Amino acid sequence: MSTKEKTGWIIGGVLIALYCLAPIAWIISLSFKAPADLANAQFLPTTPSTENYATIFTGTGSDLFLPALRNSFGICLIATFISCVLSMFAAYAIARLDFPGKKFILGTALAVAIFPVISIVTPLFNLWRNIGLYDTWPGLIIPYLSLTLPLSIWTMSAFFREIPWEMEQAAQVDGATTWQAFRKVIVPLAAPGVFTTAIIAFFIAWNDFVYGISLTSTSASRPVPAALGLFSGASQFEDPTGAIAAAAVIVTIPVVVLVLIFQRRIVAGLTNGAVKG
Amino acid sequence: MASIEMKNIVKKYGDGFPAVNDVSLDIADGEFMILVGPSGCGKSTLLRMIVGLEDITSGDMVIGGTRVNDKAPRDRNLSMVFQNYALYPHMSVYENIAFPLRLAKTSDAEVDKLVKEAADVLELHEHLERKPANLSGGQRQRVAMGRAIVRQAEAFLFDEPLSNLDAKLRGQMRTEIARLQRRLGITTVYVTHDQTEAMTLGDRVCVLRKGSIQQVASPRELYEQPVNLFVAGFIGSPPMNFLPATVQGSTLETPFGSIELDEKRAAAVAGHDLLLVGIRPEYFEDASLVDEAKKHVGTTFTAKVDVTEWLGDQQYAYIPYEAPEAIRTQLRDLSRELDAEELRTQAIVSIDSTSRIREGREAEFWLDTRKVHVFDPESGINLTRDAEAGAELTRMATEDREEQVAGAAGGLTGGTPGSGSTAA
Repeated sequence: MSTKEKTGWIIGGVLIALYCLAPIAWIISLSFKAPADLANAQFLPTTPSTENYATIFTGTGSDLFLPALRNSFGICLIATFISCVLSMFAAYAIARLDFPGKKFILGTALAVAIFPVISIVTPLFNLWRNIGLYDTWPGLIIPYLSLTLPLSIWTMSAFFREIPWEMEQAAQVDGATTWQAFRKVIVPLAAPGVFTTAIIAFFIAWNDFVYGISLTSTSASRPVPAALGLFSGASQFEDPTGAIAAAAVIVTIPVVVLVLIFQRRIVAGLTNGAVKG
Repeated sequence: MASIEMKNIVKKYGDGFPAVNDVSLDIADGEFMILVGPSGCGKSTLLRMIVGLEDITSGDMVIGGTRVNDKAPRDRNLSMVFQNYALYPHMSVYENIAFPLRLAKTSDAEVDKLVKEAADVLELHEHLERKPANLSGGQRQRVAMGRAIVRQAEAFLFDEPLSNLDAKLRGQMRTEIARLQRRLGITTVYVTHDQTEAMTLGDRVCVLRKGSIQQVASPRELYEQPVNLFVAGFIGSPPMNFLPATVQGSTLETPFGSIELDEKRAAAVAGHDLLLVGIRPEYFEDASLVDEAKKHVGTTFTAKVDVTEWLGDQQYAYIPYEAPEAIRTQLRDLSRELDAEELRTQAIVSIDSTSRIREGREAEFWLDTRKVHVFDPESGINLTRDAEAGAELTRMATEDREEQVAGAAGGLTGGTPGSGSTAA
């Protein structure tokens, strides 16, 4: 690559990064602005203050935000865990076994994934109220599974398909039961796939707003995105922009941390050396 | 250790195509059996049925006296080396070798002892803590073997284990496998399409074609007394030459002159019009370099040499010849079936490396007619096969093997380098 081409690539990369990161930078800057500063029409706060963070953690916003944070973490982690375990088995079956209806399952999963959420929210709202799932953790975990499972199954079966059949056959010849071969050979090899899937599933659940706002009514189960929408300003005439920005920053942190932690696990090529490449 | 018996084994796939068709084969305890054939002949399928990775459509698979058709692979206690090694990339070499032992709940001390022993045999000691990804092809191959020998398996199964190695390493590993098998004296089934491996490693070789057994015999018998055109063409490199011939009494008229047959062979070929004469390249010689004393057992002829290949220790000459259309089609079909693509009818002859025969010139050749075989072009059957002589060759190979197995059992040949050298 010539120097000219290289500079071109670097400039292009920086532009794209700036374009993607600008809204985040803006929100961070907003979260450090004092209420009077919000509409000052400049990027940086005149005097950075942590007032907004104080509001959501200890001030008036705390009884809305803190339970929501706890709910979000709990619900999303449980939904992710269940969806990972279920999709791991489903994907293994789809990748390895030959059974009737395989295409149908994959097709249905895809159909569910592209089904508009808004169209099932109303019936679900009524159903949940009748059977007592309204405003509970399971009441959100179940719809979240419907969002995360199809995607997880698709991603994971792609990963399983890439693991050479021989790995498992070798394990069976070595004396492993199907379950042992799955647990000791296939799952460790699929680990990057499992982590990728887990992160994607977690993000989907974490970012959901429609279910969160429609199927909850109190801090018993209301997740963060819904809670953000319910923030109110100090007075009727004041927008809670600063507080929302601060909360948004806080909500972004787990996502960033997750990616940083698992980045190393999401490297392809763990199977290098298993078979003649 | 155990014998493996196959009785009328059939494998049909979903579309009814028989990949393996009515195969019956007895592999004796401690025997080294080679399954060989061109691609798609069902040799790997047969191996996978032995180990249990492939269901058996019908027939009986008996290992060590027990019918194992319905047993899972892990209950058959066989160990297998896969073509692509199938090492576990997330485990160290040590854990890879220890894996079968761990599954069998062997104590840590015992595992350590056995893994160290296997590593000693295969010279893997300094690599035990490394991951397979950091090993070379030959080292990975040895790890795969280590995983196979670490436990007391009933039999070893190899599925083209050397096909991914380069030529030099392949030669070394081949000797290594032979030595290991002699030393451990374990029944071994080895699938390959490489006939050098087939000839050098096996006590007996089973040649398969389209899912059926063609011939099961010692390498020597296969080479000297092939049962049909297919086996004759498959075994030997460069391959046997097939020349069209017509019978005139006890004489065969070929493009390279007439060949006089002895009484027995003349009787066998009587009544056929068109025949194929099978002549190995080494039955030919540069006529000027043949001893006068030897000359009378063969015939001499002159032919124009197309190409010569000088390899140092030997020399090949290519001699084109004309053949009737029917024979040409027949030979083309055969070569295609043998995974080769023969474009022209030509004979490959092996001549002394000192011969000064030149390309593009007429030269005089001598042909040793004592060992030529005559085939029926229609059915491919070898009309002049001497079954007794063949059986004698295989019996001798069996005796050799039994001696070695007894030696291995008594620890007489254990670890002696070259104890596998009589394999061929």
